[in-house]
Amino acid sequence: MPGNPWFSWSYVVDNAPVLWQRTVEHAGITIEAVAISAAIAIPLGALISRYRWLSGPVLGTTAVLYTVPSLALFAMLTPALGIGRAPVLVGLVVYALLIILRNTVAGLATVDPAVLDAARGLGYGPGRTLVQVAMPSALPSIIAGLRLATVSSVALVTVGVVVGFGGLGQIMFQGFRNNSYRAEIMTATLATILLALVLDLALWAAGRALTPWLRRRTA
Amino acid sequence: MSAPTGVVDEALVWLNDPLTWTEPGGVLELAGEHLYMTVVAVAAAAAVAIPVGAWLGHSGRGAGLVVWLTNASRAMPTLGIILLLAATGLFGNTATVIAAAFFAVPVLLVNTYEGVRGADPDARDAARGMGMSGGRILLQVELPLATTLVSAGLRTTIVQVVATIPLAALVGGGGLGQIIALGMGTQRYGEVLAGGVVVAVLCLAIDGVLAIGQRLATPAPLRVSAR
Repeated sequence: MPGNPWFSWSYVVDNAPVLWQRTVEHAGITIEAVAISAAIAIPLGALISRYRWLSGPVLGTTAVLYTVPSLALFAMLTPALGIGRAPVLVGLVVYALLIILRNTVAGLATVDPAVLDAARGLGYGPGRTLVQVAMPSALPSIIAGLRLATVSSVALVTVGVVVGFGGLGQIMFQGFRNNSYRAEIMTATLATILLALVLDLALWAAGRALTPWLRRRTA
Repeated sequence: MSAPTGVVDEALVWLNDPLTWTEPGGVLELAGEHLYMTVVAVAAAAAVAIPVGAWLGHSGRGAGLVVWLTNASRAMPTLGIILLLAATGLFGNTATVIAAAFFAVPVLLVNTYEGVRGADPDARDAARGMGMSGGRILLQVELPLATTLVSAGLRTTIVQVVATIPLAALVGGGGLGQIIALGMGTQRYGEVLAGGVVVAVLCLAIDGVLAIGQRLATPAPLRVSAR
């Protein structure tokens, strides 16, 4: 089949504005979803680390939600939220929740008990111990969770085409509709992977900047 | 947009209609197709991932590869891969099954690798001391010890594949995703909701059944240490 190459630079140049617009849209919804999810999951993780009996029900519920396929979740959210950005955003938040929650709990579980003891010995209350001692120790694990949640969210957004908001997935699907225009599908797929890598790298750098003590240890 | 309650009513009516389930192309037929596609994808992934993972774990090579593969597969959009496969001229169902198998491989591979790799070194030493060959150590000592992780991997894989197959409907394939795609196309949001519920329930039910299966597949002495 001539005229249907797997990649075409002229396609990229001709459609740069649309590609860029979709990329921004894609990045925007991803960042917003992970931020909301983190705002829920990190405090929740701290809470269930303190009240152990909560961990079963909370982790169980998020795990059940996580098992629901993305297409089905977006579909079930549309009657309540309508077509478009909202169901995708809520769906992404739900999926990111389990990942961030698990890593927060795991991170807090590995905090050195001696360090916690020392904080108590210094007269720190439970709140101050959590914020100033336990959380910084758990930070690497939490950041790992944020990175994982971000990367999987970027891939998930594309499924949003089913409710009309897929970011770069919109371009992929349009390529499929356009008689399987390969260059269009390939460009959007590569752009999605690239976006995931860029956001992952940004979070990695942020994590490095936030945990200077780890760098000193390995150096 | 119609009111949510209307949509819920529509969904209930649709789900309560026996014809919805039994007609040709109805829920039961689509579910059968869905499960058939799942079995093919999981079998294909297992045929590749378990032997390779076991061999890598046994020889202790390829740790970097395993980690890289898992991370790389996370960044890849499933839908993009399905659409690319469909663009090669494959049918929607075939493209989706290949993509689902492709994404299932890393999960199974990592679990098999970790399971074999993590077998008690003392047990491995004892087997070698008894004069077992490398292949026999792998088959009779390391793999049985890896059962817990391999069955956990299989469960995750199967659920993940059941969740991926609905995407076939977006590229003209079958399976339960069709209900959702069709409902979207015709703006019958009751069916969209009902389709979502059917897919979600199937996934959760399969996960539940597999959780029991996973427990049964784990040799009794290993159960205590699991989790």
